[in-house]
Amino acid sequence: MHTFGYRANALLTFAITALAFICAIASFSDKFSNQNPSAEIQILNINRFKKQSHGNDEVSLTLDISADLQSLFTWNTKQVFVFVAAEYETPKNFLNQVSLWDAIIPAKEDAKFRIQVSNKYRFIDQGQNLRGKEFNLTLHWHVMPKTGKMFADKIVMPGYSLPDAYR
Amino acid sequence: MDWQGQKLVEQLMQILLVISGVVALVVGYATESFRTMMLIYAGGVVLTTLVTVPNWPFYNLHPLKWLDPSEAEKHPKPQVVPVASKKKFSKK
Repeated sequence: MHTFGYRANALLTFAITALAFICAIASFSDKFSNQNPSAEIQILNINRFKKQSHGNDEVSLTLDISADLQSLFTWNTKQVFVFVAAEYETPKNFLNQVSLWDAIIPAKEDAKFRIQVSNKYRFIDQGQNLRGKEFNLTLHWHVMPKTGKMFADKIVMPGYSLPDAYR
Repeated sequence: MDWQGQKLVEQLMQILLVISGVVALVVGYATESFRTMMLIYAGGVVLTTLVTVPNWPFYNLHPLKWLDPSEAEKHPKPQVVPVASKKKFSKK
């Protein structure tokens, strides 16, 4: 501590180390938050269900997505990434997951929403397995913190099915 | 800065930064504002810098007692006599 430069260096090092500690504690405090998100998805309409020219099935749907993800936001949350995926089984693959829609929720106020939207990304199968197929719609979310570890979870909603014939 | 001052600086620096951190954390958590926490901590770091880094006079209250120059002249430093170095001649 004998010179200006020495003291400035010591202060800077200690300040940054303490900052790392503070951020770790802030991240840890997320464990104490109560989280109870809820969501519901309805298929309003199956707009198109056909076989593409190169043989794969394709579906176009209109979804009614309503969700309340406000309890996921803590003081250490930067944004929440949410997406809807259709999950089903085929003889070729045990699990197929196709992402249909996603959004970034930047703030708590925007986390309770209801929208009606057609699928943002195309629902295309690897093959022609979708006729009469039963599938789950899963709402996944990734909570991105300001500091610390990102965590993800989901709600699985089973019981949806596609028609038996192409339209 | 004298020795006592340096010790004081080190202690003050650590205590002030830790207190800034704790206060920042508590207030930030209570107000649910990450930004508040960062601002309070930054303010604490600036305050600590102002208190500990410049050479304030109150850090020099126990100055070192250097030997008086007139006293030093009475006891001159012993002269160092260069020793003749032995050189090795390699036999050809």
